[in-house]
Amino acid sequence: MTTSYAQGGADPRLARDPGVAAVESDPQFERIIRTPTFRTLVHERTRFGWILTGLMLVVYFGFIGLIAFDKALLATKVGGGTASLGLFLGVGVIVFAFILTGIYVVRANGRYDALTAELTRSLGR
Amino acid sequence: MTRLPTLLLTVPLALAATAARAAGPDLGAVQQQATNWPAIGMFLFFVLFTLGITYKAAKGTKSAADFYAAGGGISAGTNSLAIAGDYMSAASFLGISGLVYTSGFDGLIYSTGFLVGWPIVLFLIAERLRNLGKFTFADVASFRLDQTAIRLISATGTLVVVAFYLIAQMVGAGKLIQLLFGLPYLYAVVIVGALMIIYVAFGGMKATTWVQVIKACLLLGGATFMAGAVLYKYGFNPETLFAAAVQTHPKGDAIMAPGGLVTNPIDSISLGVGLMFGTAGLPHILMRFFTVSDAQAARKSVFYATGLIGYFYILTFIIGFGGIALLMSDPSYFKLGAGGSFDKLKDMIGGTNMVAVNLANAVGGPYFLGFISAVAFATILAVVAGLTLAGASAVSHDLYAQVIARGRTTEKHEVNLSKISAVAIGIVAIVLGYIFENQNVAFMVGLAFSVAASCNFPVLAMSILWRGTTTWGALIGGLVGLVAAVVMVVLSDAVWVKTFGQPAALFPYANPALFSMPLAFVTIWLVSKVDNTARARRERAAFDAQYVRSETGIGASLAHAH
Repeated sequence: MTTSYAQGGADPRLARDPGVAAVESDPQFERIIRTPTFRTLVHERTRFGWILTGLMLVVYFGFIGLIAFDKALLATKVGGGTASLGLFLGVGVIVFAFILTGIYVVRANGRYDALTAELTRSLGR
Repeated sequence: MTRLPTLLLTVPLALAATAARAAGPDLGAVQQQATNWPAIGMFLFFVLFTLGITYKAAKGTKSAADFYAAGGGISAGTNSLAIAGDYMSAASFLGISGLVYTSGFDGLIYSTGFLVGWPIVLFLIAERLRNLGKFTFADVASFRLDQTAIRLISATGTLVVVAFYLIAQMVGAGKLIQLLFGLPYLYAVVIVGALMIIYVAFGGMKATTWVQVIKACLLLGGATFMAGAVLYKYGFNPETLFAAAVQTHPKGDAIMAPGGLVTNPIDSISLGVGLMFGTAGLPHILMRFFTVSDAQAARKSVFYATGLIGYFYILTFIIGFGGIALLMSDPSYFKLGAGGSFDKLKDMIGGTNMVAVNLANAVGGPYFLGFISAVAFATILAVVAGLTLAGASAVSHDLYAQVIARGRTTEKHEVNLSKISAVAIGIVAIVLGYIFENQNVAFMVGLAFSVAASCNFPVLAMSILWRGTTTWGALIGGLVGLVAAVVMVVLSDAVWVKTFGQPAALFPYANPALFSMPLAFVTIWLVSKVDNTARARRERAAFDAQYVRSETGIGASLAHAH
């Protein structure tokens, strides 16, 4: 840690310290932000990330909501056995979370990594 | 069931309870030595083996990057095991199986809550964190904001979370070793504290990671065997297991349905918020993302870790039900009252946190009991080591290097200070572990999550995701979230009534996150909005550089040239 924030203005790509930030909006970064590839990458990934986040929130808080407001429903027996609907839903939430992360990773490994590589290439670095 | 395990379980407890302060009768001590030999042997083997790793890691740990982030050379697979290991704490293993044992279905509420934070971490945090950060999450939060202020709030949040989490772990450690060796609780806590200090101070992140990985493999293997053995007894048909459990449990069929864990809707949602978003704010987990080489590895780590953790919680659930079905009707696992009567829920030897340990004896005999005890011990050691490292990093890298020395310090000095901090944190953990002996450990972890969700997560998320965030916003918002969460917990039933002995709780819910987390977000937003200082304008302008790097990693590779 040899540099401090006040000294700012250096190009963070050359800085060893993440604490260094530009005082003004750096034209170099504005240029990157304006490239179509960057916009596509960030737009798609952000949207996808929030959609999946939303799904997770709905599923999980749906489950919690049932625990809070409809305990009787979760106590319902499945197939006339001992196991309750709540049990299946609970395990289902766990499996769903795992599948969701898997979906994201597959898409990120393919589409987003390709876009990032394309952007890096086009910047000549 | 032979008599041997019964002795094994009752003798140490009786000793600990009645003759803890005495030197300990020779006969009892000799008997324990003989009966506990497998457990002691496996404990010692693990300790020696991990000390060997620590020695090796210490020789390879020279720079700050080595100490805090294992030189950035951990692979995605290894890191996922380490992340899973950090998550599969003794509180999860012993606490949740104990919770399933007493309440059945309710144990699942914790399990699902603990797990669903991971997708959020992946979608919003993990890659950006790796692209922006260096050693601690404060590096990320302070990327374009004021170093001093942001590191102050981040380090405070970290230390509070670490303290709560450590308490839970130390309590688990004390009870476990008390049960196995018949050692007084304090001795057990001191042993754990001393070992974790050695791991962290000498081996840094490398030793901490490998101890965690080995333990994760042992724990997953042991839990798999135990759940498999339980299912085997019921013809691999969960339905038969559930039926047997319902028949044995005093609450009967109620254990298959939501019960008393969450007594009102607000509380259950608040618990969920705390568990879900707390994951994205746990400092010892977040710092694992700096040990991998790039954002891709960070992403894969979360995916694998989610699978491992989910699998582990399903095992824990089966183990809890196995405990009900196989232990509840066997008096040898209980402290017997007058006429041999006992309360199935309250009188278990060692408390309900010991369900998994006792079940190991029931399904695998004393040797497997020894193995599971050794693994549980290893779990505690590994998790407290990770927590200690996170705490020590916050003290040296954030508080000392940036706040006190204002960036004018050497790397060597900083790492040395981190080692001293590890020793100090270890001692504090021992003291806190001793004070909080009688709290439910899973519940204490819930407190840590609430603070992580209300202080660390809002500061981190807002600084990464929202251009408008300013230093004042993040500082005041984080502080408000932290204070709100802690005050609400202190005023709740668990602390205000049960610890301080006050007549009624001033905060009606057990879990504060539903209120404290949005409060933090709104405060950050509001204060940032009205913040029109020159610094605030500069910080908003600096967002572009941070934005490009967080989204693409451009610029990150140089900063991570270890």
